[in-house]
Amino acid sequence: MTGIWLTVLLVGAVSMALKSAGPVILGGRELPGKFKQVVALMAPTLLAALIATQIFASGSHLTFDARVVGLGVGAAAIMLRVPTLLVVVLAAMATALTRLAFPA
Amino acid sequence: MAMVFDPMGDLVDANEESAEHGPPPVGTVEPLPDLRADVRSGLRAAVPLAIAVFGFAVSFGIVARAADMGWLAATVMSATTFAGSAQFAAASVIGTGGGIAAAIIAAVLLNSRYLAIGISVAPAMTGGPVRRFLGAQLVVDESWAVGHLGGGRYSRGRLLGAGVLVYIAWVGGTVVGVLGAEFLGNPESLGLDVVSPVLFLALLKGQVADRRAAVVALLGVAIALALVPFVSPGVPLIAATAACLLGLRKL
Repeated sequence: MTGIWLTVLLVGAVSMALKSAGPVILGGRELPGKFKQVVALMAPTLLAALIATQIFASGSHLTFDARVVGLGVGAAAIMLRVPTLLVVVLAAMATALTRLAFPA
Repeated sequence: MAMVFDPMGDLVDANEESAEHGPPPVGTVEPLPDLRADVRSGLRAAVPLAIAVFGFAVSFGIVARAADMGWLAATVMSATTFAGSAQFAAASVIGTGGGIAAAIIAAVLLNSRYLAIGISVAPAMTGGPVRRFLGAQLVVDESWAVGHLGGGRYSRGRLLGAGVLVYIAWVGGTVVGVLGAEFLGNPESLGLDVVSPVLFLALLKGQVADRRAAVVALLGVAIALALVPFVSPGVPLIAATAACLLGLRKL
């Protein structure tokens, strides 16, 4: 029982420290010019990498499954400027139906 | 601006709305932004993301229940760690009787991107160290994406507004999942696992400002996927940010 609580508290402390290191140490100050150009590219790069790993990876395995169909439907809906909530519903439905049709 | 609850609020439109802020004129002091208006716009833009986060949190609650974590430990973990992948890793380590060290190492690797994310939002995080520390806890993938105004500039109000909503959804969803585990189905059979990547794709569309951003983002994807089979989960994400070093090159 104490092992669980120690894990909860230590994992929490580590996560809080990682999130706050930048803002606490550098907070409110402008980054140097060259650094700014690097940071400007971080949002698109990390978002793209997050999408790729959430769709094409399970743990340490590369995968190609129903999630790909969901992403494809979602991407098409985004291109057609469908409202976001509907985009999500269509993508989730496409994924669920693909899983239903082709059970793993 | 009237405070309207708009569950159909469009993420992409919200991004375009934020573009009104525009880059500050060079050499002038940026005027004080209207914090409350920014918080409200962040809240609105985060509604669809918060729904996805809620579903994800319910599945964390179910996993935590299966790992015999107990509802209080699971809820405290969501309230303090507030990072999905690290919590799933910790719960599975607990469930399989793994050591505390393994859970902590997994959390460090999975959350290493928050070091980079924290540095990127640091200029927007004003106020004393305590306020900066607390504000930083609300910066997660979703609020970070909503708070980005483009060109590496972030709105503190949008970060905090989106962060509060996502935090409530995460902690609330955990409680629902842990207490209602036996009444709920498998989130994957509903396709809920694609909700977050698809929402990120909608946000990404507004963030790829030019050719260079597109090239760097694709390079990041290539780095991340190439590393997946060889390193622990989480490491491919921080490695992908190496692609951003191309920003040092003159165009």
